[in-house]
Parts: sequence; structure tokens; C-alpha cells
Amino acid sequence: MIYFLFAAIKAGTPLLLGTTGEIVTEKTGNLNLGVEGMMFLGAFAGFYVGHHTGNLLLTLLASCIMGALGALIYAFLTVTLKANQTVSGLALTIFGTGFANFFGQIMIANTEGGVPKLPENLIAQLAETPIPILGNIPVVGKLFFSHNLLVYVAVVVAILCYLYMAKTRHGLNMRSVGENPAAADAAGINVTLVKYVHILLGGAICGLGGAYISLINGGGVWNNNCVNGQGWIAVALVIFASWNPVKAILGSFVFGAFSVLQFYAPKDIIDIPNAFYVMLPYLITAIVLVISSVRKSKKYAQPAGCSINYFREER
Amino acid sequence: MKHSSEPLFRVVKKTELSGGKLTLLSLFALLLAIFVGGLFILCLGKNPFLVYQSIFGGAFRSKLAIQGTIKIAIPLLISALAITLAFKMKFWNIGAEGQIIMGAIFASYFALFHSGLPHILLLLLMLVAGMVGGGLWGLIPAFFKSKFGTNETLLTLMLNYIALYLIKYLTEGPWRDPASSGFPKIATFVPNAQLDKVLGVHAGWIIALILMVFVFIYLRYTKQGYEISVVGESENTARYAGMNVRQIVMRTMFLSGAICGIAGMTQATGAAFTLGESVAGGVGFTAIIVAWLARLNPFYCLVMTLFLSALQKGSSVMQSAFGLSTYVSDVLQGIILFVILGFDFFIQYKIIFRGAHKK
Repeated sequence: MIYFLFAAIKAGTPLLLGTTGEIVTEKTGNLNLGVEGMMFLGAFAGFYVGHHTGNLLLTLLASCIMGALGALIYAFLTVTLKANQTVSGLALTIFGTGFANFFGQIMIANTEGGVPKLPENLIAQLAETPIPILGNIPVVGKLFFSHNLLVYVAVVVAILCYLYMAKTRHGLNMRSVGENPAAADAAGINVTLVKYVHILLGGAICGLGGAYISLINGGGVWNNNCVNGQGWIAVALVIFASWNPVKAILGSFVFGAFSVLQFYAPKDIIDIPNAFYVMLPYLITAIVLVISSVRKSKKYAQPAGCSINYFREER
Repeated sequence: MKHSSEPLFRVVKKTELSGGKLTLLSLFALLLAIFVGGLFILCLGKNPFLVYQSIFGGAFRSKLAIQGTIKIAIPLLISALAITLAFKMKFWNIGAEGQIIMGAIFASYFALFHSGLPHILLLLLMLVAGMVGGGLWGLIPAFFKSKFGTNETLLTLMLNYIALYLIKYLTEGPWRDPASSGFPKIATFVPNAQLDKVLGVHAGWIIALILMVFVFIYLRYTKQGYEISVVGESENTARYAGMNVRQIVMRTMFLSGAICGIAGMTQATGAAFTLGESVAGGVGFTAIIVAWLARLNPFYCLVMTLFLSALQKGSSVMQSAFGLSTYVSDVLQGIILFVILGFDFFIQYKIIFRGAHKK
């Protein structure tokens, strides 16, 4: 059971980062369907830099920058050039996926033996290590304090994003842009700037999520197609978490649990075909989506300005 | 001195452009996109002209290559037409992928379990089944959207996955081919349940072309098509005019899903000859791009479909010719999309600089 929950947290972390990034993006009024693409960009950049430098900080930085660059393209298209958000996001996904696989393939071709690996010291830094003292607590220590570094980073990022959005003035400004850009504009908020900043921030966080996949899930080896739809799950999780990064922590781990459930479920007691285990998260999200719309609760709904581009002269 | 309160430049919406000018500008955008893609190739240290030439050659150099390109184009065109219907209504359906899959599943039922029926009857049954499957899958988000205002983009996205894992379930469970001992898969359709070939490519291309004309006429010349564009322009206007918006949304989405279902049926029975998890294989997403780039015009859909299919097919020779993996087509596709999407701005808006006063 502990091993199951441990694996759930491990599998849920990239989802958490992707979800947090997308929440930040959506809260500022932009539905970016390019999460998958940005995670791919981050996954590649992180691995590439890690592979060549072995420096953890540079590795993580590179993935953030690359994710943010992907988001920059999206922001330029949707905010400045007012292109359709759905299509721009899809284009970013296609581009990011292609970019990572294309240069990943070149990296494979340039590596002797065809298997690009991370240097040992980097793998060691990212290994699962129990935190001193806390890690020794029975059960809880194993479950919560024996993870790799990035798990804690992800949780901290999510909490920081929550605090930022809920408790600071900038966060309030940003949410008002997401709900009603015209009103925010009238109140003197620079809508374009706010949108750019947060779309980029969201992209950086998504990029970090991608790095988690290539650095941790890949076992130190580069795989093409490594993100494999996790960005889309993150988009789904945003709904599941009702646009709240703290709820996203729980949500991601629940989704992570579903994704590893088929390896841990007691098959002799409940015998459900594997496919349904994997389907469950999506089914639940769909149901959550419908229920929240039936209840018409404003609190648990997408920001009102989402997927509508703001054009000042069209108020 | 001008008064300084005037901004350096401002952006205003253009009035509707004439059809000819629009086509010209769109063509220019496409050329610009190809040019920027060329810059990317140049950055890789390859000659863009040679690369483009070999992509074009790879897609059209032989009869076999052309057939391959068309095979890629068939599901793409059909799905793009389906999406055109939904997007005209401003119903952001990104669930084509799932609707294709459901169409394929429904059609496969007859191919697998009623394969003894007369050939034509069987294929017709599969076609209808595919339409029903895809249509029902499209009806779900339409129902919830029109009744409760449920966000259709996100719901259709979820339905894609549910459909995908339904195939996985069928593959591993009830429909598993008992004859395959290793990796679970669904049996190959018997020849009686396979779509016939016409001119070397499965007959899906005829269906696609018929659908193209149908969607064009439907949108342009029928009352229902008119209702779609009114709902797309403004739901309130539609309501004021006494239209039953809910019914229109549901009817259109059923039709859109049904057309996707046809794409799924042709893929299963014409291309793969079985039902696999890759039956849709991202076509549903690429189709959104096609429909959008085609400005929701059925005939432009054909042009954009052929363009993207050729890019995809032609890139398969890149590995041997330039040592570039086939993924280069995704990168190029992304770049081209970015440019065309961005260029749209200059078609819809114009920038007025400070001091440039009219009159």
C-alpha cells in the first residue's frame, strides 16, 4: 500500500507541474492547449543540458526557459496577434512534440551507442533520498519525505502559485484580467503585460514538468515521445482541481495513483480490465466538468475571459 | 506638435475583405510560412530548396507516393469538414479524435461479427454504424453544452481519451483475436469487410469528395446551414429570430460527429483493415488545424489537407536523403502554422500609426 501511494506521488508530480502551469495560464484568461508541447520542449532542453553539463541548476533553468519560449510564441500569437487560442495551442503542441523528437533523434544519432544518458552525478542528485530525521518516521517518512528533489519543488511551486494568486495584489490583478479584461483595463491594469508575464510563467512551470519526465521517469536515458500525452492529462486536471493549485496537488496524486493502479490493484478482489483503470481519470474529469456546470457554481468554473482574446476597441 | 496623449499606434478591425483579396493574402501567408520553414532548415545547415524539393518529390514522385499522400489525406479531409461544421457554429469541438474512434468501433462491430453479409450491404451497414457511433459521441458534449453550458472544449477532450481506452478495452478483452498469442490485438477484417480500392486507393477518397460538396452546399444553400452561421455569429440573435438554438447545436454536432465517424470507418476498413488504438492517430487534431487554415471553407479544406498530407508523406524520405528524421515534418508543420496563424492578424486588423490621419 505504501509502495502504491509512493508510486502515485512519483507519477503525479509531472502532472502537478503541468497543471499548475496551465492554471496560471488559464487564470489570466488564456486557454493554452500547448501544455503537451511546452512539456516536450522542457523535457528536451532539460535533458540536453543535463546530458552535456551535468549541472542540476542549469538543467532545470534550461527546461523552464524553453517552456517559457514555447509559451512566448503562444502569447505573441494570441495576445498580440489575437489568433484563435484553441488552434494556437494545438499548433504549439505539434511544434513542441516535433521539436523535442527531432532534436532528440539528432542527440541519439550523435551519441555513441545511440543511448544518450545523463551523467552519474546528476542522476545521484535526482535520486530518491530520505530527508534526514523526517525520513525516518515510519510510514509517513517513506511516503512523504523520501522522494526525489523535484517532487518537493513541484509541491512548493504549486503552493507558491496559490498564495500568489489568492493573496497578493499582482495575483488579484491577474485574476481580474482573466475574468474581465475590459474592466481590468479600465482599472488601469496593463492587460497585455499581465497576460504575457503569466503565460510565460505558466510555460516555464510546464517546462519544468517536462524536465521531470525526461530526467526522472526516463531513468536517465532519453526517449523520444517521452511526454506521451501527460500534458493533455494536465489540461484535464485543471478542471479536476477547479483552477486551484493546492487542489491540484491532491488531484495530481490521485491521477498518478490511477495511472499506476493497474500494477498494484489486488486483482483477486476487484477484477476490472486494465483499460478502465487508465480511463477512470478522464471519466471522472468529464463527470466533474458536467456536474460543476450543472451546479453553475462560479467558484469552480473556468475564468470567464478564457479563450476569448481581448481587443480594446471592441468593448 | 501633436498632442502626446495619442498612442504611437493603434489597432483597428478591418472591414470584410473581398474574396479575391482574401485568397491572395492567404496565399501570401502560406508562402511566407514556407519561407520561415526554410529559414529553420537553413539553421540546420541544409539547403532549404533541396529539402523542399525532396519533400515535394517524396509526396508526388511516383504513383505509389501519390497514393500514399492521398491515403493520408482522406481521413484528414473528412474530419476537417466535420470540424468546419462545428466551428462555424463557434462550438469548439476538439473531440474529432474521439468521434473518429467511436465511428471506427461501431463500424468494426459489423466487420468483425457480421462479416458474412453481402459485401455492399455490409459496407453500407458499417458506414451507417460509423455515423451513428461518431454522431452519438458528438451529441454528448452538444447536449451538456446546450443544456447546462458545459465547456465543450474540455469535455470533448476528455471524451477523446474515454474513446481511446474503450478501444484498449475491446482489444484486451471481448474483441481480442484468440488467434494472436502475443500482444493482444483485434483480428484483421476479412476481405469481404474491407473497403474496395478505386484507382489504387481505398474508396474513402470518393466519400471524402462527396462530403466536401455536401458540406459546401449544406452550409451555403440550406436553411439548416444558415441557422448554423446565425448561431455562430450570435446565439441571442438566433434566439430572437425564433430559432431553437439547442436543437440546432445538437443537430449540427450529431452531423459533425457522424462525419468524423465516417472518417473512422474508412480508416478501419480501408486503411488498417482492423481496429487499433492508432485508428485516429492524431488526425482529429490535425483536422482542426486544416479547418482553421482553410477559413472553414470546404474547398480550401481540400487544398490545406493536400498540403499537410504532402508535407507528412514527403518527410518520410528525409531520413535517407538528408539524415533528418521524419519528425522534421512536425517541426515544419508547427512553424508553418505559427506563421499563418500570426499572419491572420494582418488580414483582420490594420495598424494606424500616430499622426496618420485620414481626411
